[in-house]
Amino acid sequence: MSAGLSILRAVLLASVLLVATGCATTASDPRDPFEGFNRAMWTFNDTLDESFIKPVSRGYKAVAPEPLRNMVRNFFANIDDVFNGANNMLQGKFLDGWTDWFRVIVNTTFGVLGINDVASDMRLEKHNEDFGQTFAVWGVGDGPYLVLPFFGPYTLRDSGALILDWELDPVVRARPIALRNTLIGTRFISKRTDFLDASALFEQAALDRYVFLRDAYLQRRRSLIYDGNPPRPPRPQESQE
Amino acid sequence: MRSLAMIRWIASAALALAAVAVQAQSAFTPPDELVKTVMLEVADIIAKDKDIQGGDRAKTISMIEQKALPHFNFLAMTALAVGPAWQKATPEQKKRLAEEFRDLLVRTYASSLTVFREQNFDFRPLRMKPTDTDVTVLVRVLQQGSQPVNIEYDMEKTTRGWKVYDVRVAGISLVVNYRTEFANVVRDKGVDGLISTLATKNKSLASASTGTPASAPATAKK
Repeated sequence: MSAGLSILRAVLLASVLLVATGCATTASDPRDPFEGFNRAMWTFNDTLDESFIKPVSRGYKAVAPEPLRNMVRNFFANIDDVFNGANNMLQGKFLDGWTDWFRVIVNTTFGVLGINDVASDMRLEKHNEDFGQTFAVWGVGDGPYLVLPFFGPYTLRDSGALILDWELDPVVRARPIALRNTLIGTRFISKRTDFLDASALFEQAALDRYVFLRDAYLQRRRSLIYDGNPPRPPRPQESQE
Repeated sequence: MRSLAMIRWIASAALALAAVAVQAQSAFTPPDELVKTVMLEVADIIAKDKDIQGGDRAKTISMIEQKALPHFNFLAMTALAVGPAWQKATPEQKKRLAEEFRDLLVRTYASSLTVFREQNFDFRPLRMKPTDTDVTVLVRVLQQGSQPVNIEYDMEKTTRGWKVYDVRVAGISLVVNYRTEFANVVRDKGVDGLISTLATKNKSLASASTGTPASAPATAKK
């Protein structure tokens, strides 16, 4: 039982309690019955992002040259591939699963502990899988949309699966604690830095940033669950030119 | 006799028109080729243009307006974004909505074009029947250390060639993502309220981009 996990547990428990104590107010969207609570958490996360995480990420981008940032991203992506493979296996996509695990072997050896993604150069493509997607493939519904403090947008199913993702995560299990914290922090900033341009775009594009982010997240998850090919809803009738 | 000549004349005129129409139809660039041509052309312009790389928004926007926008059907895109309320809008309101939505999309997404690099594209050939009038063209952007990002163009055959009516990046539709927001505004303020909301938003984006030109190159730096 890792400390990282107990932090996550505490966050999830606190969220469930807060939701349960009745912030469910103006639910205009059936997918988001806890909009009141979620908006509060979103504001909290957004403030944290603006005042601390985003400046650190900008600093990282300014200080670390692109090749170095690529190495950092690749290092953590290589660890992820172990679990991409496991989840592909659990979803019955065995070829994808073997590809993921072969990527780990290639990148850990020829790629020097994963800092070079030589597998992608060999046309072994990376996938994006997690336990939330696996549960979805097994038939578990999304459940309500949930914004977790620190962790951001999730669905109820995915926040449950997040416990598994964390429980098995070697970065979260790394010891000593100082090393673990450094790794978690570095990975987080690396990911946030990759999203700097996208998040700036979102801020410009949105009329209501909360709604825009929520809908984009739900669309994105749906796309990931169906590996990029979700069934398309019928196109509504519209005027021709 | 005279009427027969007339019929003949009309028939031949109709045939000639039909022939021109058929020719025009077959002369339409296939959707996947069209996407590839336009994307490569845009990438090429960006690669050669230091101003655009440096974050010159006005120049980027005018380039996009020339090269890419003619291949978009903004009425259809706006209809998709507005949803059920579109049916109740007057033709004038539809026109205004489409103009404002077009401006919003162009202003926001123009800045993202500075990262366009042609060598990263994987253009997927489209398998389509000659009778197809609604297709999805897939372009994948390859990048190290992460899953390739899909860009999908939903395209419809019109009398003026294939036109894009939706774009999805990584599964997120740039158009459909506005549906809830637009529906909320229409519910509270009506269709005219949505038009004025979009106009205000566009004005603030325009003034923000001219007001702080120094901020753009900082993030667009390679």
